[in-house]
Amino acid sequence: MITNNLSIRKATRLILSASFFLLVIFFSYTSQAQESDGIPTDESVVSAGESLFKGNCAQCHDIHEVVIGPALKDVHERRPKEWLLKWVKNSQKVIASGDEYAVALFNEYNKNVMPSYPFSDEQVTSLLAYIKVESTKEPVKAEVAAAGDAAGVAAADDSIPSSYLTAIFVVLIVVLILILVVLGLIISVLRKYLNESSELNEEDVEVVNQKFDLFGLLQSNAFIGLVIFLFTAIVLKTLIDGAFTIGVQQGYMPTQPIAFSHELHAGQYEIDCNYCHTGVRKAKSANIPSPNICMNCHSGIKNVGGASGVSPEIAKIYAAIDYNPETGEYGNNPKPIEWVRVHNLPDLAYFNHSQHVKVGGLECQTCHGPVEEMEVVYQYSTLTMGWCINCHRETDVNTKGNEYYTNLVELHEEHSKEPMKVEDIGGLECSKCHY
Amino acid sequence: MKETKKYWKGLEQLQNTAEFQEKANKEFPEYLPLTGEGDESSRRDFLKLMGFGLAAVSLAACETPVRKAIPYVRKPETVDPSNANYYASTYVSGSDVCPVVVKTREGRPINVEGNKMSSVSGGGTYPQVQASVLSLYDKERLQSPLINGKKASWSDLDAAVTGALSAASGKIALVSHSVASPSTLAAISKLKEKYPSLDHVQYDSYSYDGLTSAYEAAFGTKSFPLYDFSKAKTIVTFGYDFLGSAPNATLSTKQFASTRKLTDSKKDMSRLYAFEANLTITGANADYRTLIKPSQEGLYVAALYNEVASKLGAATIASKKIEDSATIKKAAADLLKSKGASLVVSGSSDVAVQQLVIALNDLLGSYGSTIDASKSLKTRAGDDKKFGSFVSELKSGVVGGVIFYNCNPVYDSAFGADIQAGLAKVKFSLSTADRKDETSALVKYQAPDHHYLESWNDFEPISGSYSLSQPTIKNIFDTRQAQDSFLTWAGVETSYYDFIRSNWETYGYPSATGFASFDAYWDKCLHDGVYDAASGEAEVLSPTVDVASIASAISSSYTLDNAGLELVIYQKASIGDGTQANNPWLQEMPDPISKATWDNYLTVSPKQVEEWGIALGDMTTQLVKLTVGGVSLEVPVLPQPGQAYGTIGLALGYGRTVAGKVANGVGVNAYPLIASKGGSLSFAVTSGVSVEPTSTSYQIAQTQTHHTYMGRETVVQEALLKEYQKDPQAGRHFPKIATAEGMVKPYAVSLWKGHSYANHHWGLSIDLNSCTGCGACTVACQVENNIPVVGKEEVLNRREMHWIRIDRYYSSDATKEDGYTAMEKASANPEITFQPMMCQQCNNAPCETVCPVAATTHSTEGLNQMTYNRCIGTRYCANNCPYKVRRFNWFKYHDNKQFDKNMAMNNDLGKMVLNPDVTVRARGVMEKCTFCVQRIQAGKLEAKKEGRRPSDADVTTACASACPSEALVFGDMKNPESKISQMLKIQSSDKGVESKEPRAYHVLEELRVMPNVWYLTKIRNKDEKAVKEEAEA
Repeated sequence: MITNNLSIRKATRLILSASFFLLVIFFSYTSQAQESDGIPTDESVVSAGESLFKGNCAQCHDIHEVVIGPALKDVHERRPKEWLLKWVKNSQKVIASGDEYAVALFNEYNKNVMPSYPFSDEQVTSLLAYIKVESTKEPVKAEVAAAGDAAGVAAADDSIPSSYLTAIFVVLIVVLILILVVLGLIISVLRKYLNESSELNEEDVEVVNQKFDLFGLLQSNAFIGLVIFLFTAIVLKTLIDGAFTIGVQQGYMPTQPIAFSHELHAGQYEIDCNYCHTGVRKAKSANIPSPNICMNCHSGIKNVGGASGVSPEIAKIYAAIDYNPETGEYGNNPKPIEWVRVHNLPDLAYFNHSQHVKVGGLECQTCHGPVEEMEVVYQYSTLTMGWCINCHRETDVNTKGNEYYTNLVELHEEHSKEPMKVEDIGGLECSKCHY
Repeated sequence: MKETKKYWKGLEQLQNTAEFQEKANKEFPEYLPLTGEGDESSRRDFLKLMGFGLAAVSLAACETPVRKAIPYVRKPETVDPSNANYYASTYVSGSDVCPVVVKTREGRPINVEGNKMSSVSGGGTYPQVQASVLSLYDKERLQSPLINGKKASWSDLDAAVTGALSAASGKIALVSHSVASPSTLAAISKLKEKYPSLDHVQYDSYSYDGLTSAYEAAFGTKSFPLYDFSKAKTIVTFGYDFLGSAPNATLSTKQFASTRKLTDSKKDMSRLYAFEANLTITGANADYRTLIKPSQEGLYVAALYNEVASKLGAATIASKKIEDSATIKKAAADLLKSKGASLVVSGSSDVAVQQLVIALNDLLGSYGSTIDASKSLKTRAGDDKKFGSFVSELKSGVVGGVIFYNCNPVYDSAFGADIQAGLAKVKFSLSTADRKDETSALVKYQAPDHHYLESWNDFEPISGSYSLSQPTIKNIFDTRQAQDSFLTWAGVETSYYDFIRSNWETYGYPSATGFASFDAYWDKCLHDGVYDAASGEAEVLSPTVDVASIASAISSSYTLDNAGLELVIYQKASIGDGTQANNPWLQEMPDPISKATWDNYLTVSPKQVEEWGIALGDMTTQLVKLTVGGVSLEVPVLPQPGQAYGTIGLALGYGRTVAGKVANGVGVNAYPLIASKGGSLSFAVTSGVSVEPTSTSYQIAQTQTHHTYMGRETVVQEALLKEYQKDPQAGRHFPKIATAEGMVKPYAVSLWKGHSYANHHWGLSIDLNSCTGCGACTVACQVENNIPVVGKEEVLNRREMHWIRIDRYYSSDATKEDGYTAMEKASANPEITFQPMMCQQCNNAPCETVCPVAATTHSTEGLNQMTYNRCIGTRYCANNCPYKVRRFNWFKYHDNKQFDKNMAMNNDLGKMVLNPDVTVRARGVMEKCTFCVQRIQAGKLEAKKEGRRPSDADVTTACASACPSEALVFGDMKNPESKISQMLKIQSSDKGVESKEPRAYHVLEELRVMPNVWYLTKIRNKDEKAVKEEAEA
């Protein structure tokens, strides 16, 4: 047994040293390869590549997963750099040249055309450097962002001042009770003192020893009047408050025909709002995306969580645009998707997205709330006129670099040190929104 | 200051009856019924309704209805919902063509404006063009092809038609209005190749055959010459309404207006003489207007010819001497003074008269300067004789088949009854009309054409100037483009689109330079919508006219003392020839002269009306029985100052029987009254006209009798040219206000601090001298701002909704020295001033201070804002408005069966024309001109997005954009670069803006409301002395 053990140890040692040796050789080989494939690994180059990748490639490519295009792990080893340079700059040209690999790749990925990018060789190289560095890393499980309850957050924001108020209120009550007790004590002491002193006549005694008549108080005109006044005031207040909520649909969260999750798309995948809502910077309506925009990604992504087949929700997109995922062909019988409007402004109010987003530079979340955390979209703001007006009173005009406002800012600064608010340039006027 | 002329608004005002006075004092007559008969609501009903209303409101508020948002399946790249797209296209209706730019929203056309690049129209429009977009959404268009009135498929129809065409024995006639489309003509000739017996017959509902025939005699080709009014210093017109109903009037209006604009550097203007019977728009704009009867016209032309010829030493012609020759002498002198820049035009259908006019123009050297005879206007190619012989052939039964290409001769020709009778004898009859009309109702096959906004087409309205039509919407109904039908029946496989493209390779492309390929050329043409082929030096042709033979023709057919009544048939600026009669916007557009809506009527001189003993009231008149030849009609009478005594006028385009809900039964049909003289049609009937008064009373809905400005010279300010040249402020009225410190200018006194404008200050300038009163702005405003049509009844109740009205003032020649009675005496031939009037956007607005709910407020950009959702309808603002430009919604005009003629708001199809950026107002709110605030906001936003200040190109109002004479100029008075700032020489100060232009004034300046609308004085190119005095001197 001992010899056996010994031999095993020896063998293990041998294997270990051999593998160490092999590893050394491997690393030295790979380190040689790093120099020979012409892809640098400098941090600056990699970070330049990272920003290029996130800005241009990430919508269709991942390092470790197939998205719309192939996973890019070790792509620099699969294809020579010259080929990759050509491919990124104009993939269709490579396919047209009859390159076998390119044609096979194109067919494998449903003939989805990869757009051409006007990058310089250095830029593509930096992209490859980023991919190369990322390839050596383990795939990171996407962290599911905790879907915070927006309303809860809002309530928590408010709770700080309100807890102060409660404390003050409690203290006040305690003080009042104390005062009452002290007053009661004073009364009894005074009464005792007066009763003991014999200088009082009968009338005075009666006044001093008057019994507290609760029933009489309840029946008194003053009390009944007070009660009626309070009751009417409360009813009126409730009515008026109620009337102000008519037509206000804050929190409105209708069920949509497709269970589309903004939390997944905007939150987890960080797809820019403007990618789907194309009108937001150029038109009055932000636009509900048409299914052809969905198909940019979903012609490749047919299911969620790596499951095979077509997800029933994604199948609804295919039905809408009449797409056959088996053959990859489009039919002639599309049926538009009937989404339910979440944000309804009355017809008499004019609101233009581009004015607020492109000119005003507002974030979508300012009015729409944390959409990137919404599994189902709901109306975050009240969308009442008071809400609009309030924002126009408080918001500074985004005048930077916009010649339209240059003169206005100068005029404003002549008589005010405050920044120019929307209100200051007529933002509260009727005809800005009603015509 | 000199005592100004007295203006009066209408005869009612002139006579100043007690009834009129009572009505004139009330802008909104309260006594008019608001509800139907016997509909007296009690207090209980009111409470019940209120209780129910409250309950319903609170219930309805509990659950908001679910609203859907349905995106495109595949969003077109160029369409962004809520952003407008613009396409260049070309309007065509009847014989008329006008290059336009179509505004579409989410793929539906909502507005049509003139194509500013067009040399054909000069960039303007006229009311029918503006209104044409509503005809697209007319539910009463045909929705599929029909065979014998039954729905059929296109393949069935094609099989039946090709079979019938091949089998047709005898001549096949293809009847159309003038076709100015070269590719359509090519498609018709393809059809002719297949069916050699096919003959193309063109006619015009208002024919200029006399004019074109005269050119044929003088130049060898039958064509309509090209006038250039911009070069003319003296213009004499004999009944040719070149500012109104004449073909391509937008261009002549622009040209004429350019000669009427006055600036510091250009203090001269053209002079216009008009000789006419009816008061036309042209006559209303004339400096000297002479009333003549049609039976005298030839003699007046001859007198002018002789006057000019004798001065030039040329041979004169023998002619009867006219009685009043002073004006003719004066006109002749002016024509000779501006020789080479003179122009004589005539609308006569008499070839002899037209030939004499040609000879006269030749004497004056007009050819090569004000007239280009080498080019022609192709929109009047009709041939009366050919059309007449077609009708007689049809009637005699020798015609084997007939195709009506987008025309309606049963209604819009003089031979309607004959064609109707002849159609019964024809085996094959087809119409491509897009709706059931008087003609298509009688044919066997109906192959409805697309609306022009759904079509591809090309045009060559003026030789060498091309324009394209492109579809701006997919065809709404199962219609097919007529040219595609022609090509199909001709057995040609190509689509009409490809057909046009292949034709265009031969039209302008060979001579075009700077294009890489035909595709590049085509794209440019399609983008611009117009293409002018390069033309070399224009060839100056000289006419050959045998003056002597004309002389005898004229003296035999004209007389000075025709005792009988004469009828002049004319076209209104709104309805025209009646093709678009089913368009309620046009029906409700007030006639520029009579201000009447929803009717045609006999225009009669007031003297004659008195003689006939017609009982006149407030908008009330009587019917008369008009007999012409064998045709009798019952027509209402409208007293029309400026109508030649002994003549009467009647408009075409009315009395439709098969046109649709809007047009049917409105007015009477004047087409059967057109006289046929020696093969030529004559629109002046000089014999056999009789009128017999009846006792039936009738109401004509006029929009102008109820606003009184009489005697206020601060409204219209005018001067003579000579006075203006001496003192540019001539004619201006400077009111003074009495204060403790003495008389001061109104602007020195104010309760208010005034507004200061940091950003923009919008203003509008209106040149009274170039406004011709055509009314394009009224309709443009109606389209842009979703203004409802209220119908005849409501116009009679003075509840029309137009935001911009054109006040037309007649003048009386008497002055104050003659006494008020004399001032009230009608001048038989008044001077006329047109004054567009809309919200003046006062800086000290009287309406703003009286609104109890602050629904009308002032903006930081100088606008007087109207907030509909805040308005509770007290009407205090209208009461306090000195300009009477506010309108009250007495009814819910949308989704209301009682107003189904308001078709833009009462059915799903019609609603597609509404401007989505403008609210459709509810019942019970005030509304008024907003200076097109939606356009201002859009223009500003565009500039902000691009990080720059907006320019004139970004913002203009619908009225200013539509104006063919550019009389309206809109812009930012705060921007020193803007056209309005420079034109009015605007100077801003703390007290507000001031104009240093001597002609600029505010209406009712003494009220110190400080409007943002400026008017420029009207200048007449008249000599100081009356013509007669001058002649005597």
